Amino acid sequence: MSDFFLNTVLTLDASVRVCVPLIFASMAGLFAERSGVVDIGLEGKLLMSAFIAASAAAVFGSPWIGLLAGIFASAVLAMIHGFASITYKGNQIVSGVAINILASGLTMILSLAWFKKAGITPTLKNDQRFLSIDLPGLDLMDHIPILGVIYRELISGHNVLVYVAFAIVPMVWWVVYRTRFGLRLRAVGENPKAVDTAGLSVEALRYKALLIGGMLCGIGGVYIATAYNAQFVKEMTAGSGFIALAALIFGKWHPYKVLAACFLFAFLDAISIRLQGTTIPVIGEIPVQLIEATPYILTIILLAGFIGKAVPPKASAQPYIKEL
Amino acid sequence: MAKSNIAIELINVDKHFGAVHANDKVNLSVESGSIHGIVGENGAGKSTLMSILYGFYQADSGQIKVFNKDFRATSSKQSIEAGIGMVHQHFMLVDNFTVLENVVLGSEGGALISESLSNARIELTRLAKEYGLEVELDIAVEELSVGMQQRVEILKGLYKGAKVLILDEPTGVLTPQESDELFRIFEALKNQGVTIILITHKLREIMSITDHVSVMRAGKMVAHRETSKTNPEELAELMIGRKVLLNIEKSKANIGKPVLVIKNLEIANEQGLKRVSNVSFEARSGEILGIAGVTGNGQGTLLKALAGILPISQGSIEIMGQTISSNNPLNPQQLRNLGVAHVPEDRQRMGMISEFTASETALLGYHNDKKINQGIWLKRSSVKANCESIMHAFDVRPNNPNLMSSNFSGGNQQKLILAREFERDPEVLIIGQPTRGVDIGAIEFIRKRIIEMRDAGKAIILISVELEEIMSLSDRIIVMCDGEITGTVNGADADEATLGMMMANALQSEDELKGAQL
Amino acid sequence: MTRERRLSWINGLLLPFLNVLTAFLATAVVFLLIGVDPIKATKILIYGALGYDEGLGYTLYYATNFVFTGLAVAVAFHAGLFNIGGEGQAYVGGLGTALVALYINPALSAWIVIPLAISGGLLFGALWAIIPAYLQAYRGSHIVITTIMFNFLASALMVYILVNVLREVGEMSPESGDFIKASWLPFVHDIFASFGYKIAKSPLNLSILVALFFSGLVWFFLWHTRWGFAIRAVGKSNDAAIYGGINPKKIIVITMCISGALAGLVGINELMGVQHRLFLNFNYGYGFGGIAVALMGRNHPIGILIAAFLFGILYQGGAELDFELQNVSRDIVVVMQGLVILFCGGLEYLYRPVLMRFLAPIEGTE
Repeated sequence: MSDFFLNTVLTLDASVRVCVPLIFASMAGLFAERSGVVDIGLEGKLLMSAFIAASAAAVFGSPWIGLLAGIFASAVLAMIHGFASITYKGNQIVSGVAINILASGLTMILSLAWFKKAGITPTLKNDQRFLSIDLPGLDLMDHIPILGVIYRELISGHNVLVYVAFAIVPMVWWVVYRTRFGLRLRAVGENPKAVDTAGLSVEALRYKALLIGGMLCGIGGVYIATAYNAQFVKEMTAGSGFIALAALIFGKWHPYKVLAACFLFAFLDAISIRLQGTTIPVIGEIPVQLIEATPYILTIILLAGFIGKAVPPKASAQPYIKEL
Repeated sequence: MAKSNIAIELINVDKHFGAVHANDKVNLSVESGSIHGIVGENGAGKSTLMSILYGFYQADSGQIKVFNKDFRATSSKQSIEAGIGMVHQHFMLVDNFTVLENVVLGSEGGALISESLSNARIELTRLAKEYGLEVELDIAVEELSVGMQQRVEILKGLYKGAKVLILDEPTGVLTPQESDELFRIFEALKNQGVTIILITHKLREIMSITDHVSVMRAGKMVAHRETSKTNPEELAELMIGRKVLLNIEKSKANIGKPVLVIKNLEIANEQGLKRVSNVSFEARSGEILGIAGVTGNGQGTLLKALAGILPISQGSIEIMGQTISSNNPLNPQQLRNLGVAHVPEDRQRMGMISEFTASETALLGYHNDKKINQGIWLKRSSVKANCESIMHAFDVRPNNPNLMSSNFSGGNQQKLILAREFERDPEVLIIGQPTRGVDIGAIEFIRKRIIEMRDAGKAIILISVELEEIMSLSDRIIVMCDGEITGTVNGADADEATLGMMMANALQSEDELKGAQL
Repeated sequence: MTRERRLSWINGLLLPFLNVLTAFLATAVVFLLIGVDPIKATKILIYGALGYDEGLGYTLYYATNFVFTGLAVAVAFHAGLFNIGGEGQAYVGGLGTALVALYINPALSAWIVIPLAISGGLLFGALWAIIPAYLQAYRGSHIVITTIMFNFLASALMVYILVNVLREVGEMSPESGDFIKASWLPFVHDIFASFGYKIAKSPLNLSILVALFFSGLVWFFLWHTRWGFAIRAVGKSNDAAIYGGINPKKIIVITMCISGALAGLVGINELMGVQHRLFLNFNYGYGFGGIAVALMGRNHPIGILIAAFLFGILYQGGAELDFELQNVSRDIVVVMQGLVILFCGGLEYLYRPVLMRFLAPIEGTE
């Protein structure tokens, strides 16, 4: 078994685990943007949901309660954003930024008030977290060369939310392209007047889209604090909400392409961590800050290089004002 | 009229938009199975009235009866259910959806769309055959011609079971021949018992196809007539409230040298699509050159290139001694310095800034002028004085430079923009849609001033989709279709039928198609 | 009063006032949620900010930073751009100031060093904004995302520089050496002392005059020069600007550079005025605070001065709260920022329908 192969599989494995919150957040963003509402607040929703989930899991002793709580928290923030953007026709980007800052502040204040420590929740015990699951047939697969390693390291051994994340993508695709709701969703993001004159409610469709997005983002936050990690830590989302947004644009708002983009970002992130400490000729050791900065640099490069061809839904970021 | 024959009845329908009294206790009766026209000038309230019927807006007070049943719509849903369909002036289509998807939207008939689409396909094919509305179902709407898109809109209404079809200014985007085709479809619909309400400001259309006509003026319904018992002059007078000069007097042109020479021009629009190809013509001082054509055939792109806003791919423009080509582009600022003035087609998006005061709108394009700048200081007193003077020259009301530009009426906004451009005493004037959305009093004023500039020896290029405007103002007319020049005529010799054919590029002989140079 | 005048009172004064009030009421709710009496909290806050000399000094010192970042965000808004990169631009701007103040010839007089150091801050702040600006103008990359990325990059960059480059040999903490004396901006209490008046010591320094100066400069620039006109035109209507001979792409880049430069002035206060050396996270929170200040101040320098003062009160009051009450930390100010941005920005028009109906109804006009 070559070292390179094993390393590759392990890197892919790490990528899968990093990819999950990006998938949830970008799918959330997809629903919002497809309906014509820009959602910059993905980061704030992830953060808030992570905090609430970790808190609830610690207090009530169950990750499932944490899951419900996190989804609820994120959905509430999504509805605030909807209220400002849809009903009050405000600037959608400003309201998204407000959500992010609110989440930053509230998580610190509430953690201090509830747990006496600012920015940290109690460490979760194993039965309060989502733990890795061993898929059936592991021993059997071990006997098969190559595939066995892939099965054990890459496919099996993830927690349930990871599998949910990957299962969500085809579901999103199906909803958007094969259902009546999806048709109306796409229509309202391209030409809300066409939807209004067809006798449908533009506002209701957009609220539904944001609610779905809020719930998806919630699961992402739950994952970060109760599955990937064992507690909430201040600012633990570290920009994933924005990277998810970049993946959404890079994937041109199509579910499968966005999934690929998320995985790409996660993969590059995983590689950069492995490069930590290694030396490059001439430059010497790569500074740890450069490694940390890689996902952000990549986002900028990707946005700079490809945006010219990515066309967002026509009605994106414009509040619907009824006039002929 | 027997009660049972009335499809739509509006009783004292009233609607305010803020301070604007859009519909003032309007009464209307539409006979079932008839073609009923509603005329009025821009801003008379026709579209608002019909939008209330279609549920897009809600009336403040009044009663509506549809087929003798009380009707109240809080959204288009109720209107559709009551059998009312509407084809709007600007189409309500999702560009990247197919025709099928557009028609089915909102009436899918099930949570999964694959079944709805196959059912719709069968029904649509039947409808299309019945009324002569054939159109390809699986093509994306953005790839269809405007005439075809309009068919999709009509099919949409019929598919949703419309017994009353409202059409808002349907012929604005059609050639005369396409309009005739549309009227044939109206006849077919009428024969099947569909009631048609036609909103238009074109009196000739009213006369040729409607059974009854109602006239609106400033939000009020002022008259009802049986079409066979009235005439365009009477209708025009009812529309305006006074006798109207339908044609403008102008003296013989005193034509001078060419100041604008265009050779083999090829221009691509902002999306990179070629919209103008192999266009050559001249504009001379003291002459109004009208460019006719249905919207979207390259005139707008040509206008923008002449104004320096779009670059040229091939060919050249010689203007006031300077040559513009793809290697040597000129920007709007440089063109202004050369004495070229541009009145844009889209007044609200380009010609003015709604949220700026009139003073600042009057400054647009001339903010670098030495006369109002002292070093780095933009002197607001000079800006205001400049605005006052041009407002006075063009009778812009109210004469208040501090008023926000959006608070002026359409006509006064246009006058302000024209004042800004004309008062610079330019040598070349490039004007797009000068009287669109402008009330008749201002229209007369504006047209008179354009002729004055021509008499003062300026070269004027006029682009308008109103054939009647082109014909009454131009000394010479060129027609564009699909980005090429399809015909040239003298203003005096022009007639609608020939121009219409050129607009559709439907002329037989090769020579005429080449667009003869003058 | 004509309806027009009434409308401008509503839109210009009443609406923003109600929005801010709502933000504060919402904060009171948060206080209740964490078991703190909002009235008590407000008293502590006001006292801490305005009740004693030293507190007032701190308030004004904090406000100075908010003026810089508020002006930065406001200028960008006038061009239709949302500059969220204030955090990063302030951070890197401080680097520019520090480089001048550390390495310039120490024999030069303050009259030369200080303007140069200010220029360093302006330049580096602008540099940190120019790439996102260029990418938005010429490549269509969404400036909100790129400036946020640049905030993260700034953090990484500054840590690297402070740990590996500027740190003095033998020192443990990641900070630079002391700035040369000529670059030190005098404290206000020292200036007063030299005239014989004794006021409490606080970090308030001469940079507050720099803030006032730039406020006036921005006002003049935006409304009394042709470049300001061009910027505002682009912000209101891209198409009209092009028609008017203005190049929106150039304007975007220029405006963002101005915006970044203004944010870069935070270092003038924090570094040249107070700490006299470069250190980690001196910019923390001021960039985002600038967004709240600009929105509250409706993007006008006078509004920004008022809003900055208000936020200075919140910051200093917040420190007092943190000191006095067990279960409140300074992050409560972050919550308030978020609420201000929400109610003055996203929910800007919340009260408009009600106000219009009761104060400027259509019937009683003309």
